[in-house]
Amino acid sequence: MKQGLLSALFIARKDLRTEFRTKEALNASVSFALVVLVLFSFAFDLGRDEFYDISGGLLWLVYVFAGALIVNRSFIREVPNDCLDVLIASPMPAWSLFLGKVIASFVLLMIVELVSLPVYGLLNNIHWVDSFWPHLGLMILATWGITITGVAFSAVTVNVRLRELMLPVLHYPMLIPLLIGAMQISTALLKGDGGDLSADLRLVVVFDAMFSALSLYLIEFILVG
Amino acid sequence: MSAIAADGVWKYFGDYPALRGATLEAPPGACVALLGRNGAGKTTLLRILANLSRPSKGEVTVFGESARDEKVRAKIGYLGHGIGVYDDLSAYENLILFGQLMNVPDTKAAAEAALERVGLTRVRDGFAREFSRGMRQRLAVARAFLHNPEILLLDEPFTSLDDRAIAVLHELLRDALSKGATIVMSTHQIREAMELATQVALLERGKIVHSGPRTDEMLGDPGWLYRKYEEKPK
Repeated sequence: MKQGLLSALFIARKDLRTEFRTKEALNASVSFALVVLVLFSFAFDLGRDEFYDISGGLLWLVYVFAGALIVNRSFIREVPNDCLDVLIASPMPAWSLFLGKVIASFVLLMIVELVSLPVYGLLNNIHWVDSFWPHLGLMILATWGITITGVAFSAVTVNVRLRELMLPVLHYPMLIPLLIGAMQISTALLKGDGGDLSADLRLVVVFDAMFSALSLYLIEFILVG
Repeated sequence: MSAIAADGVWKYFGDYPALRGATLEAPPGACVALLGRNGAGKTTLLRILANLSRPSKGEVTVFGESARDEKVRAKIGYLGHGIGVYDDLSAYENLILFGQLMNVPDTKAAAEAALERVGLTRVRDGFAREFSRGMRQRLAVARAFLHNPEILLLDEPFTSLDDRAIAVLHELLRDALSKGATIVMSTHQIREAMELATQVALLERGKIVHSGPRTDEMLGDPGWLYRKYEEKPK
């Protein structure tokens, strides 16, 4: 178990190191998120209160679309030179490889989100600073859910010819419950609405727990068959 | 007990049987040259031996244990068609990473020794993407031998190697054999393989049609085995 966790950290460090060197996914994802945020700021001609009502929804749409560019790369990164074969043939358990990839994608998507949030606030006159810490907690929970399901589907589609198209088609429908919860909580936090958010929070936590367990259990079957 | 054995292995891709009851045994310390025409099933069999693919039927064992076991996988070094190193890591970083994943005790010393053995010490901090094809191949060889595996599975290891890389690989393979390692290698470079092989297996349409010790006839005439089985009435 300890060696498995250590191997996961080695994989995460390797993925982050190569990504920070090439910035392939990070540049694409941050640029995409910023462009969409600018377009959103022009697309809606709403009053301040009305905009706050949809603020959480818009924010999570940006995050999830930008996230696709991150998670899509997670297993594709192993395709050149058949590196995935070497990793599978190594004594590292399949769940370690998967967990390492999830950790790396999670860190990268959190960076994209943390860059996007102030820009979103600035462009749309949304006050996000007051609710930053609870919002950060939500971002950690929901981003984990996005990355763990996204990386699992990235593993499923790594050998598929149209993998870039297949991943969102498979991934987005799966995310609906998570996004409903995250959007509701974000909207409430940005509005400063102190209502009962426990049901939505439960939805996000149960989603994370369920898909973390399922993905870690099934990953060897996904990778080796 | 065999070092590595495939017992009645079948592999279907859809309805097509790429392997049809292939049975192969490599005793400890043997060097098995796995021969066969293109599409005979050599790569499929090696991938199953390396635990990269599950057999549809049959079983693979390593020293009598299931090849799926993680401890068993630590005994295997695999060199496939791809070089299996990361272009955006340096040669040294690549070997450190794989050393850590292979549970090598002193990864830094092992990586430095491996680079020395394949003649890449001078360029240890260069990115793999900047290397020539021969250097990349040598790095791949260093990666496969890094953890001193007891079993080496090599899929056409001499293909597209320059003279220097072939010499390095030969030396490493001889060294591994002298230390008791078992080697199974598929190849079309029969002459190179025969120099090292102690056993020869011939795959034809997914079946092992010949398996036995390498003979002087094979060494003198690399095409002898192919002709023998092609001349046989079907």
